[in-house]
Amino acid sequence: MNLDARVPAGPLTEKWTKHKFELKLVNPANKRKFSVIVVGSGLAGASAAASLGELGYHVDCFCYQDSARRAHSISAQGGINAAKNYQNDGDSIWRLFYDTVKGGDFRSREANVHRLAEVSVNIIDQCVAQGVPFAREYGGGLANRSFGGAQVSRTFYARGQTGQQLQLSAYQALARQVAAGMVRMHTKTEMLDLVVEDGRARGIVTRDLTNGEIASWSADAVVLATGGYANVFFLSTNAKGCNATAIWRAYRRGALFANPCYTQIHPTCIPQHGDYQSKLTLMSESLRNDGRIWVPKTAGDSRSADQIPESERDYYLERRYPAFGNLVPRDIASRAARIVCDQGLGVGHGGRGVYLDFADAIGRLGKASVEAKYGNLFEMYERITGEDPYRVPMRIYPAPHYTMGGLWVDYDLMSTIPGLFVIGEANFSDHGANRLGASALMQGLADGYFVLPYTIGNYLAPRMGEEPLATDHPAFKDVENRVEERFAKLLAVNGKRTVDSLHRELGKICEDYCGMSRDREGLAGAIGKIQALREEYWQNVRVPGAAQDLNQSLEKAGRVADYFELAELMCRDALDREESCGTHFREEYQTEEGEALRNDDDYTYVAAWQWTGEGAEPRLHKEDLEFEYVPPTQRSYK
Amino acid sequence: MRLTLHIWRQKNGADAGGFVSYPREDVSPDMSFLEMLDVLNEELIEAGEEPVAFDHDCREGICGACGVVISGSAHGPEPGTATCQLHMRKFKDGDEIRVEPFRSRAFPIFKDLVVDRSPLDAIIQAGGYISVNTGSAPEANLTLVPRADAERAMDAAECIGCGACVAQCPNGAGQLFTAAKVSHLAQLPQGQPERATRAGAMVAVMEGYFGSCSNFAECEAVCPKGISIDFIAQMNREYLRSRFK
Repeated sequence: MNLDARVPAGPLTEKWTKHKFELKLVNPANKRKFSVIVVGSGLAGASAAASLGELGYHVDCFCYQDSARRAHSISAQGGINAAKNYQNDGDSIWRLFYDTVKGGDFRSREANVHRLAEVSVNIIDQCVAQGVPFAREYGGGLANRSFGGAQVSRTFYARGQTGQQLQLSAYQALARQVAAGMVRMHTKTEMLDLVVEDGRARGIVTRDLTNGEIASWSADAVVLATGGYANVFFLSTNAKGCNATAIWRAYRRGALFANPCYTQIHPTCIPQHGDYQSKLTLMSESLRNDGRIWVPKTAGDSRSADQIPESERDYYLERRYPAFGNLVPRDIASRAARIVCDQGLGVGHGGRGVYLDFADAIGRLGKASVEAKYGNLFEMYERITGEDPYRVPMRIYPAPHYTMGGLWVDYDLMSTIPGLFVIGEANFSDHGANRLGASALMQGLADGYFVLPYTIGNYLAPRMGEEPLATDHPAFKDVENRVEERFAKLLAVNGKRTVDSLHRELGKICEDYCGMSRDREGLAGAIGKIQALREEYWQNVRVPGAAQDLNQSLEKAGRVADYFELAELMCRDALDREESCGTHFREEYQTEEGEALRNDDDYTYVAAWQWTGEGAEPRLHKEDLEFEYVPPTQRSYK
Repeated sequence: MRLTLHIWRQKNGADAGGFVSYPREDVSPDMSFLEMLDVLNEELIEAGEEPVAFDHDCREGICGACGVVISGSAHGPEPGTATCQLHMRKFKDGDEIRVEPFRSRAFPIFKDLVVDRSPLDAIIQAGGYISVNTGSAPEANLTLVPRADAERAMDAAECIGCGACVAQCPNGAGQLFTAAKVSHLAQLPQGQPERATRAGAMVAVMEGYFGSCSNFAECEAVCPKGISIDFIAQMNREYLRSRFK
């Protein structure tokens, strides 16, 4: 397979401009002759569907939630980056590009990252024009704050609900197109498989979650905007419904899956507190602007935080990384927390927590000022833990959060299946081996508003006059039958264990062996463990109810079945990558100081895996990465 | 904790439905309300019964998917809290808890506690947006917005669209949700050109689905985001304005 990223030639800063000019156009009057399916309605999906509708394409947009407004992008709290340099602190497109490449530990594609930094500026303009109530200075200009991995203040925010406000504005743009008749919205509808005929993506097969009806949808192109797969860990910060089925089914139909082992473990989450726990809750990274992270200096110190004097506290991030302090990137902060907890210095339930202390900030700024900045986050913490963080320090611990891996796409965001585009977290691009804070919202909207609407035309233009495949074509019927057979099989097992109990067990394996750190032996063993558990799943799962009904157990069962396969691929990828980079920390490869040690000679590539059939080992393809403009260096935040 | 749950079970829209009692032992006070339901569902599945269907997703109090009426109160007894952020420590040992779906003529029941809230989307589609095409926006700081205006817009924009306001209103009115959106956009300079048509169109669609507002203020009392009924007053002014434009 020829893995051509089709990055345009020419100087980095001119690539996107030049490419936009060279892309083939669809005449405005002809756009209405094309139809596009968009799966997912988060920041990437809603912005793409709205933009394509505005352009004149016929769009069908699908989401499993009961409203497009509820996509999980809504839970992102902290903010969105843009290289506006409103603060006059030396920010620029180039600096945002540089920070992102470095933050991703030199495992992302330079051309994509530069484009992202370029359009970041337009995203803010667009969202403000749509009425996003961003925080303002008294003069009426937009306010900024700083985020991990950067030394400039470039993060735009709307209280602690930035993702919500951006999601709502994209959803409203989408609602406008629904009203205009340009987009048909299909809520409570889940994509279960992709239809590929003659080597091209031709449509999808879905299930109506309210009555179980299986249906086929045909279009000239399919766009997946279905988010990430961190729920493979069972406990993660993702919404419960987030799942990998759409991208996994596409993988099984020929799309390559890139860098599956890159999972970001977010440092600022509320620690686990019980075995029944259903998910982990993220506290915004912005808290690290004013909160100081520490643990007691002595292992087993069981005194309450206020009884531990300054001299007996270890502010380990400030000590180890004086330049960035508490604002080091997420992979660094997460690993540092795990290390101190492994040393027995952790606090709270099971010793898996560190303090995030606002006492200094409250002393310096006053409680009112801290409340104005972080009030809703403090309230949320209090609600979950029953503790008042204005009086006692918060306890935080890292949790699986965002997956940088995803379907491989070229510069045009097209997968290895022609006609199948993948945007937002569902693709692998832009963040490399680690994602900096406030850049997921940026990528979702960049892809949906400013990249895909241009690049999809290049695929469609030469296909003028071709008809989409009819949904009664055997290719659709075949996929429908397979979907129905799979559900019938799951319902027929009638074993003893619930889907959740098996999913929890799978998640524990992933966390232990393919989580914050990995090693050869553990990963090799994990693959066997996952295979055995998958075997048990298909022998012993119990899924009650019927397929022709609203059946939440069946929904979960299909998703978890896919997670079993994906988990194995994650471990294979992690085992294959014999280096440490970003969130992929292999114990065997570290510097003397315990930092990630890359191997640029052998691993400066994107690992893209190809499905080779049931039970067969996947095949690895490599896209070599070149760093022409930001020469790889040892990442240092000291 | 020991509790008795009385949960509304209803197979589908055509079924009459009714309460079924589930005694619970060993409920941890640290559990969220939904985690308590998860544990119940695990036991039901193991016993060969169908679990209770309920809507939920982010479990961080922001997506607005979750929502049930708990002993007469939408989202339960804790003020300013979505069901997913309600913890069992807010209940007492021995409590009897009634759990039922958000009830409104506009929200038909799909199954058990899951209802159809699509009329809320219809209201937004009527005009709850600013008509600006992608890529045509001017530099953001060319339009200055006084901080107080942005803050007030944000106060309204925080609405999560869960529908609790509708469920708690004796008239099943959709005023608080609609008012939040109308007020958010009316507060900002970007929302001015369509201000009057927006209010008129959104109110018209709202009235097609929902009951009328009689100023009970029950909606404000149960709103998980504390959206103020002042915005209903603002919406009424916006609506009047639209009639005289």
